[in-house]
Amino acid sequence: MIRLIAMRELRSLLSQPSTWFTLALLQFILAWFFLARLEAFLEIQPQLVEVANAPGVTAALAAPMFNLIALLLMMLAPMLTMRSLAEERRNQTLPLLLAAPVSAADIVLGKFVGLFCFLILLSGSVPLMLYSLSFGTALDHGLMLANLAGLLLLMASFVALGLYVSALTSQPVVAAIGALAVLLGLWLADIGASASDSPWRALSPLRHFEAFNTGLLDSGDVVFFILFSGVFLLLAMRRLDNNQRYG
Amino acid sequence: MSDSHSEITLTARGLYRRFGARLVVNDVSLELRRGEVLGLLGHNGAGKSTTLQLLSGCLLPDSGEIEICGTQLLRQPLLAKKQLGYLPEIPPLYREMEVNRYLIFTARLHGINATHASAAVADCLHRCGLEGVRNKRIGTLSKGYQQRVGIAQAIVHAPDVIILDEPTVGLDPAQIRDIRGLIRELGDRHSVLISTHLLAEVESMCDRVSILHQGKVVFDGTTATLAEFGGNADSLENNFLRITGVVA
Repeated sequence: MIRLIAMRELRSLLSQPSTWFTLALLQFILAWFFLARLEAFLEIQPQLVEVANAPGVTAALAAPMFNLIALLLMMLAPMLTMRSLAEERRNQTLPLLLAAPVSAADIVLGKFVGLFCFLILLSGSVPLMLYSLSFGTALDHGLMLANLAGLLLLMASFVALGLYVSALTSQPVVAAIGALAVLLGLWLADIGASASDSPWRALSPLRHFEAFNTGLLDSGDVVFFILFSGVFLLLAMRRLDNNQRYG
Repeated sequence: MSDSHSEITLTARGLYRRFGARLVVNDVSLELRRGEVLGLLGHNGAGKSTTLQLLSGCLLPDSGEIEICGTQLLRQPLLAKKQLGYLPEIPPLYREMEVNRYLIFTARLHGINATHASAAVADCLHRCGLEGVRNKRIGTLSKGYQQRVGIAQAIVHAPDVIILDEPTVGLDPAQIRDIRGLIRELGDRHSVLISTHLLAEVESMCDRVSILHQGKVVFDGTTATLAEFGGNADSLENNFLRITGVVA
């Protein structure tokens, strides 16, 4: 059932022209950034030879690229998740799922998987571009894998949050603005906090992604992402159950 | 036609539902047998749609019990809903999907496996007269065809209990005749519960009628008893109005 709902969600996303537009624009930005960074790296490469412990191509290219896609997804994820449940409610298609023999958990997880797969598709070009460098040079696989793991966890947390906000309203635009406000708020709380150990920083997904970005796999960060996604998925399931209670 | 010995497929006992301070469904009890078409009749705002939402599991009652083919809907919703097909007031259609794909999706959503789904959908397209538009996007269809897709969605998995909320709204006379024929035909094999405010619909399709008024069941009997109500053999319309207190 989860797979069935996920496939429908993915199909419905791909049937929207705006999705393809987003996809194309994002690929363009990423490719541009990749080439610009590569050019800059090639320019300073002769000077790097003289420096002891100079950053390799992975640190100079992959880390900023992953950082960029993380930031871009923070703004894009709400636009993609906004429709998931809000539009079902607005178009009155939710009764189809509620009257069918599927649980709220199936519905929420199905939508989550569908959207998550789409975000993987959206960001898939980043590792592909970076791995294309391995034709000419040796890459730091540890750093790449840490970044990839971090990106997957980060996307899961964005989708879970977006789904929950989408479950709260029947207006997709409100869902998008709401999710974006929460994500931006958490981000600003992080970069605005003056003390480096401020508890506000611990709330921001992007802050937890930073450790992965530098190649550090911290179980605390992994737990944070799992808890963050889990809590919002559970809240979304509860919201759907309450739908039957309050109409 | 119904006979009192056939199996009971849907039972509702003592349903109550309020929205805020307003009691919308007030002690409603219903019984539906296999091979029977039950019409739920009432004025606008009588609580018909809410009752059907309760029976379909989309809305939880404040109190009361619902049993579908021997399974408690509130205790084992996933099992009970397998035997249920539901068309809400506004058909739940994904406008960007093609008719064929949409029906396969809904069939599989109701637990039909992939190998049987396409045969079930082909049969259903034929019964609902949708073969000509099977590859069209739902959003491009006319209202009447969309309504048919909505009905198709409710019957594609051959459920024992079919609940249709005003299935003929917005159709032209020829389509209404077709849909009525279809519902009559469905009533032979399954149990059908339809809500309507059209008496002609009740007369032509239903074996039994329940009249809802201000959330209460004020009449429950065969179509013939409604015609004979209170000893005056009158038109259904006059008896309906008499029961709901519009005329004395």
